[in-house]
Amino acid sequence: MTSAIKIVVPTPLRQYTEGLESIEIEAGSVGEALRQLITRYEPLRNHLYSEDGRLRDFVNVYLNEEDIRYLEREETDVKEGDEIRIIPSIAGGSPPRPPRPPPSATQTSAAELSLEEVRRYSRHLIMPEVGMEGQKKLKSARVLIVGAGGLGSPASLYLAAAGVGTLGLVDFDVVEYSNLQRQILHGTKDVGRSKLDSARERLQDINPEIEIETHDARLGSDNALGILGGYDIIVDGTDNFPTRYLVNDACVLLGRPNVYGSIFRFEGQVSIFDARSGPCYRCLYQEPPPPGLVPSCAEGGVLGVLPGIVGALQANEAIKLILGAGDSLVGRLLLVDALRIRFRELKLRKDPDCPICGIEPTITELIDYEAFCGIREAAMEQQNRATGIPHLTVNEVKKKLDRGDPFRIIDVREPHEWDICHIEGAELIPLGDLPASLNTLDSAEELVIHCRSGSRSAYAVELLRQAGFAKVYNMAGGILAWSDDIDPSLPKY
Amino acid sequence: MVTPPANPEGERLPRAPRLELRSEMLAKLRAQAAAAYPEEACGALLGRKRQSDSIVVKDLVAVPNARDSERTRRYLIGPEHVVGLERAAGALGLDVVGYYHSHPDAAAVPSEFDRDHAWPFYIYVIVGVRSGDAAKVRAWRLLEDRRGFEPVLIVDEDEID
Repeated sequence: MTSAIKIVVPTPLRQYTEGLESIEIEAGSVGEALRQLITRYEPLRNHLYSEDGRLRDFVNVYLNEEDIRYLEREETDVKEGDEIRIIPSIAGGSPPRPPRPPPSATQTSAAELSLEEVRRYSRHLIMPEVGMEGQKKLKSARVLIVGAGGLGSPASLYLAAAGVGTLGLVDFDVVEYSNLQRQILHGTKDVGRSKLDSARERLQDINPEIEIETHDARLGSDNALGILGGYDIIVDGTDNFPTRYLVNDACVLLGRPNVYGSIFRFEGQVSIFDARSGPCYRCLYQEPPPPGLVPSCAEGGVLGVLPGIVGALQANEAIKLILGAGDSLVGRLLLVDALRIRFRELKLRKDPDCPICGIEPTITELIDYEAFCGIREAAMEQQNRATGIPHLTVNEVKKKLDRGDPFRIIDVREPHEWDICHIEGAELIPLGDLPASLNTLDSAEELVIHCRSGSRSAYAVELLRQAGFAKVYNMAGGILAWSDDIDPSLPKY
Repeated sequence: MVTPPANPEGERLPRAPRLELRSEMLAKLRAQAAAAYPEEACGALLGRKRQSDSIVVKDLVAVPNARDSERTRRYLIGPEHVVGLERAAGALGLDVVGYYHSHPDAAAVPSEFDRDHAWPFYIYVIVGVRSGDAAKVRAWRLLEDRRGFEPVLIVDEDEID
């Protein structure tokens, strides 16, 4: 039995009903009527129903002036001519409070420890610097780790083990083989899985007493304040400049401490940027380096244990911030040299002209960080170079080889890369040695230049053409493409 | 096949929507937020949409916080108030274009709880209050996919006219 009824849609939802205020529907019950409404206007579903298919609690549904919560809810029958009205409740509130203000003696902490927790944290509890009070502070703390990679691995493992009550993780990546050398949060069985799934499983295994909140997103100007704002302390484990500036700026705007760490090859840096009491990342580096000048770990490599050292130091600093114990790294930049095994320290000062935390800030909201770091321009330039210079595909090069065409293949990578893999018949002339080796090359000969991915060799081709070599070609995609398309037995690195 | 390096997304951040709010309204908003401290203040923004992404506020209506508990970190405007506000706005030839509330001792940035409870279309103005003094006022609008808010630029109406 169905009846013709009317649903009145509130203003904020009319953009989804072609501006219509009321919709005619045939239905037998309130629930059926609403289901028909969201079938007809699909975008309404998300706003009226939660992911588990229940009406959201701020969505009030009235049947002829009566809240259906006082009738039979969605089961309530409707009859001809009834009117269903959807009426908003407006609700919200502040983010959870940071644990910063020390609790007064009379105030009892919301966090109480269970017997299991007392046993688990006993080595903390017997130290006066932590004790029961400190452990409860840890339990009520909310820490966000940006990136579940090299730095995020040790940081999250130790913070979870230490009993930080709520750990947030932001990442959007999947686990790859090349991550396992340092990202100890993930195992071989996790390759191909989302890093967040893998991290949650591992962290919850270490400590089932804590809450893990995962944010499956690329952190950007559109979501950073919303995500970071829900936490007391941010641990920055990012591997690129746009995100690092974004995390810094969001922390300054939100008034949150940013426990910073970075790694490259054998060198690491650790500090706490807290603009309320010290400098921020922009006070140290007002502008990012030009793209390409500072290689990433993917380009330059990193000693696997280094993020272990630096990430553990970040966990240490986050725990001390929560406890309010010891001396913090606010205003100090710790430099770690793992090769010479030296720790040095630089004093950092707040820059009164800092564009975001200075006296007259010019940045008052989040900006476009990719543009700020020149990433897009650099990528386009690189693409222009790659497509604008003469090149051959790996298949074309293979055909020439098979035909026995007279030409030379020059590999411009470094000797240690050559040791990993090389193409049979190629000759090694590292890019740096190329200018001095021009006399070993004959401009009458045809030359095919390659490197790992095709960018260094593109540069080499440009250089050779400028030196008067006319028959020089870049092998597009480098030895990676060769491994993909010609000889899969060559390892990719 | 060798593919050229992927072209990174070339899109720029879209221009933020604007909320025109006269400075005396801003002052009223701050005063109400400071007076309610340590509790949350809340109310409605009456006005109209000018163009696609410019909304002008003509009046502020303070609404008592309907929460019985946790009033220092939660606010509620019930359906009966919402209906009343829409009626009042209609009588003035205006619409309810959004709502405002304060964050005592927290930033003027939407919380997870704000996001969970937000409606599309409405502008949410948040007043950060630090130890009783109104600090920053910022405006936000829920994203279509409910995953977050986009910032809305607050401009003084006089600057535009």
